[in-house]
Amino acid sequence: MIVRILGEGQFDVPDADRATIEELGDVLTAAVDGHDEGAFTSSLAALIDAVRRTGTELAPDSFTSSDLVVPFSDATLAETQALLEEPGGERT
Amino acid sequence: MGVMKRMSGILQAKTNKLLDKAEDPRESLDLSYQKLLENLQKVRRSVADVTTAKKRIELQATQLQAQADKLQQQAKDALSQNREDLAREALARRAALAPQLADLQTQHQQVADQEQKLIVTAQNLQSQVDAFRTKKETMKATYTAAEAQTKIGEAVSGISESMGDAGMSVQRAQDKIDSMQARAGAMDELLASGALTDLANPVDDIQAQLDKVSATSTVDNELAALKAEIGAGTPAQLGPAEPEAPADSGEAPA
Repeated sequence: MIVRILGEGQFDVPDADRATIEELGDVLTAAVDGHDEGAFTSSLAALIDAVRRTGTELAPDSFTSSDLVVPFSDATLAETQALLEEPGGERT
Repeated sequence: MGVMKRMSGILQAKTNKLLDKAEDPRESLDLSYQKLLENLQKVRRSVADVTTAKKRIELQATQLQAQADKLQQQAKDALSQNREDLAREALARRAALAPQLADLQTQHQQVADQEQKLIVTAQNLQSQVDAFRTKKETMKATYTAAEAQTKIGEAVSGISESMGDAGMSVQRAQDKIDSMQARAGAMDELLASGALTDLANPVDDIQAQLDKVSATSTVDNELAALKAEIGAGTPAQLGPAEPEAPADSGEAPA
C-alpha cells in the first residue's frame, strides 16, 4: 500500500502493517470529527511516525499514485478541516 | 470515510483538473512534463518569496535588538550618574521590547521551516523532471501495447499527484507568508513611526536627561575650578573636569 505524507513524499507500507496504519487513521479521523485539537496533534504525529517506521520511502521519480494521503506533519486541525471541505474531500 | 481516504480524493480532484485536457495518453505525457516544469518554477519562486520574508524578519529583529541594547547602555549610564529613576525607566522600556523580539523569533523559525520544506519539494520535483524527461520518450516508443497504455496512465497520475502535493505546499507557504507580511508591515510602520524608536533613540528623553546631568556636572566642576583659581591666585585648568578635581568640595551650587 502506498501512503503519501503531504509535503514529504511517498512510502510503501507492507500489507502486514496496513491494519496498524488504518487503526491510527481511525484515531485521527475521530479527532477531526470531534474537533479535538490535542487529539489531532498527537494522533497525526503517531500516524506519521508509523508510516515512516513501517514504510520504505519511494524515490521521487517512481511515478506512482497513493492509496492513502496523510496531512502535512505540522498541519493544524483548522487547516485540515478547511482542506476536507474542498472538492474530492466530501464524506461519502 | 477516513481522513486519509478523503485527503487522497482531494489530491485526485486537484490533479484531474490539471490533466483532463489530454485525450491521447501520449499527449498526456508531454502535458504532464510541461506541467511538471511549470510546477518546479512555481516552487522555486515560492522558495525565493519565503527567503525574502525570512530576511525581512531578520532585519526587523536586528533593529529591535539594537534598540534593546541601547536602552541597556542607557540604564548603565544612568546608574553611573546616580540616576536610578532613569535607569529603571530604561530597563522598563527594554523589557517592553522583549515580547516583540520573541514574536519575531517565533515567526523566523516558522518561515525557516517552510523554506526548508519547499527546498526539499523543489529537489524532489527536479529529480522527477530529470527522470520523466527520458521515461516519457521510452513510454511513447512502447505505447502501441495495451500494457504500455496502462503504465502511462499510472505514471501520469503519479506525476499529477506529486504536482498536487507540491501545489498544496506552495499554497501553504504563501498563506503563511501573507499572514506574516501583514504583521511585518505593522512592525515596519511601528519602527518607522517612532513609536518604538522614540524609546531607544539616542536623542530620546532618557538620553536628554542623562546629557543634562552630565552637562550640569561639567559646569559645576568648571565653576569650582574657577573659584579655586580666584581663591588661590593661580591659573586653573579649564575643560572636562575630573570628579576627583580638588575644587569639587561640594560648595558648588547643585
